[in-house]
Amino acid sequence: MKIIVAIKQVPSRDANVKVNAAGKWIEEQDLNYEINEPDAYALEEALQLKEKHGGEVVALCAGPDRVSQTIREALAKGADRAIHIEADDLNALDTLGVAKMLAAAVKAENADLILTGLQSDDLGLGQTGVVMAELLGIPHGTIIMQVEKSDGGIRVKRELEDGWFQHVEMPLPALLTIQSGISKLRYATLMGIKKAKTKEVKRIAASELGGLAEKAVSLDKVYMPHKQKQTQMIGGSPAEAAKTLVEKLKFEVRVI
Amino acid sequence: MSGVLVVLEQRAGQWNRMSWEALAAGQQLAAETNQPLMAAVVGDGVDALKGELGQKKLARGYAVEHALVKEYTADGYTAALEQLVKKIAPDFVVFPHTYQVRDFAPKLATRFGQGLIADVISFHVDGGKPVFVRQLLQGKLNADYRQTASGPCFVSIQAGAFRADALEAGSTEVEVFAPQIDAAQIRNKPGELFRESAQTVDLSAAPIIVSVGRGIKEKENIGIAEELAQALGAELAASRPICDNGWLPMERQVGSSGQTVSPKLYVAVGISGAIQHLVGMKGSKAIVAINKDENAPIFEVADYGIVGDLFEVVPALTKAIKEAKGI
Ligand SMILES: Cc1cc2nc3c(=O)[nH]c(=O)nc-3n(C[C@H](O)[C@H](O)[C@H](O)COP(=O)(O)OP(=O)(O)OC[C@H]3O[C@@H](n4cnc5c(N)ncnc54)[C@H](O)[C@@H]3O)c2cc1C
Ligand SMILES: Nc1ncnc2c1ncn2[C@@H]1O[C@H](COP(=O)(O)O)[C@@H](O)[C@H]1O
Repeated sequence: MKIIVAIKQVPSRDANVKVNAAGKWIEEQDLNYEINEPDAYALEEALQLKEKHGGEVVALCAGPDRVSQTIREALAKGADRAIHIEADDLNALDTLGVAKMLAAAVKAENADLILTGLQSDDLGLGQTGVVMAELLGIPHGTIIMQVEKSDGGIRVKRELEDGWFQHVEMPLPALLTIQSGISKLRYATLMGIKKAKTKEVKRIAASELGGLAEKAVSLDKVYMPHKQKQTQMIGGSPAEAAKTLVEKLKFEVRVI
Repeated sequence: MSGVLVVLEQRAGQWNRMSWEALAAGQQLAAETNQPLMAAVVGDGVDALKGELGQKKLARGYAVEHALVKEYTADGYTAALEQLVKKIAPDFVVFPHTYQVRDFAPKLATRFGQGLIADVISFHVDGGKPVFVRQLLQGKLNADYRQTASGPCFVSIQAGAFRADALEAGSTEVEVFAPQIDAAQIRNKPGELFRESAQTVDLSAAPIIVSVGRGIKEKENIGIAEELAQALGAELAASRPICDNGWLPMERQVGSSGQTVSPKLYVAVGISGAIQHLVGMKGSKAIVAINKDENAPIFEVADYGIVGDLFEVVPALTKAIKEAKGI
């Protein structure tokens, strides 16, 4: 099985984000980045499928120079090679633009399976994978928890709301968006880290992929949410705060 | 070309409740942009639902009926709705942001050269054009989005963002729309729905819940939340990553893919407050949040907040409660 995994680099989860001066995005200086969480599970799923069925795992990532780090980590964990779409400013594109670029970069690969995360932690659009599938003319499944090979294709377990699930069969090639937490992530081994340095990273300029078309949707402004609820913030040392809260729980919430 | 078309969701003849919230959003959008409101339901043999749709105040209702959309598939729904949207040519197509909508709406939007403005929490009209607000970075920031292309604008509405009780009643004609779909167009074979584990813990009955999130760092640390729960006489619950890691059983998960609870008191310990968690607990009578990040979105829904290190605050709280209770 030849598997492509789309991985995105996003600000790390506990980053203290601030709106930038232009009010259009966040302040990127001093920000730490990491692989988008569900994408790490997509990569893990790809590596496990390769271990079971053989084949190749190709990591695909669009972004500026800094994403090289995330690509290296994917190679160190076991991806065979990578495609880096060099796009300095992803915000210059909308979903359709990004998906077009990703789809154009992998079209000639003729992969059996394309995996993406179900949603990015920064933009949270939850649609790049589905759009890619449509652009490539292949079937897809979303919020996938398990992937098995079946006669003529794959059988996947899809998560639905309120604890319901469903199995879906589909032919290959196909695209799946992978849910977080579905397996245990592996660590890169020392050997893996060493080997990663020798693996191929194909660099493609975003402009070569025609992704810079006009946007259908634009992000105009980013800002801190206005608080809707009156929250009583309780200060002081932990002991003082605990004491004050207990008073509230006793006399206002009446649960003690 | 004009109008706001809301696509409602049903499964096996049952409405998804979020459909009505999306319709409320559509009603507001139609009023503020001065356009007629329409709504559609997709399925096969959905007579009872048609009847209910007819009792809403709409310019028109549509029942998109075909044997090949009886069971949901992205291919079937996209083919059917592509034809309906082409026929009506609305300015806006509004969906509830459900898992099913996440599965096909981006595909549908792509067919029209559009992007789905997903998981919208509010909008306002500015210069005749709506500006849609959605969250970034798991709720840490808000962002204004606007459609820049011409053609239908596709929007999905976050759970709980609009009030279904704001819907106006009326009497509407529901037109049957029969799309052309060919069985060969449908590539996925969906199986029956199933549930995994028998639920032995009914969190919805618990008057007090202490819920732990990833701030707890390690399985070994869950004990300190357990002690707090014991002191309060509370059930222990968790955010999804805690259950994914197997630190607590799945049946203790709160949120869109877990249980929905509304206890007298919900204490969120080291939980950031992602929307998928909030939908499961924001109906709680009182919410306490303990988090080291003062900007964590959990404080948006909290009645009482303590910004601090849970490893200091939680043991102090347990101690104070025990003292107050004399145990
Ligand atoms: C389709 C889908 C379905 C989902 N369903 C669910 C669901 O049902 N339930 C659910 O919960 N999630 C669900 N999620 C996941 C959800 O999006 C979030 O990823 C998840 O809720 C985050 O869990 P968390 O708050 O524990 O972790 P994080 O977001 O990592 O937050 C940890 C928090 O702990 C704080 N913290 C860290 N250290 C400390 C300390 N020492 N003291 C105090 N605070 C500290 C941090 O500031 C942070 O706010 C779903 C996601 C998707 C896409
Ligand atoms: N710039 C990118 N490079 C690689 N993959 C991406 C990129 N943007 C989005 N993706 C993939 O698309 C998924 C969904 O992203 P989104 O639609 O932004 O929520 C992510 O989990 C990634 O797998």
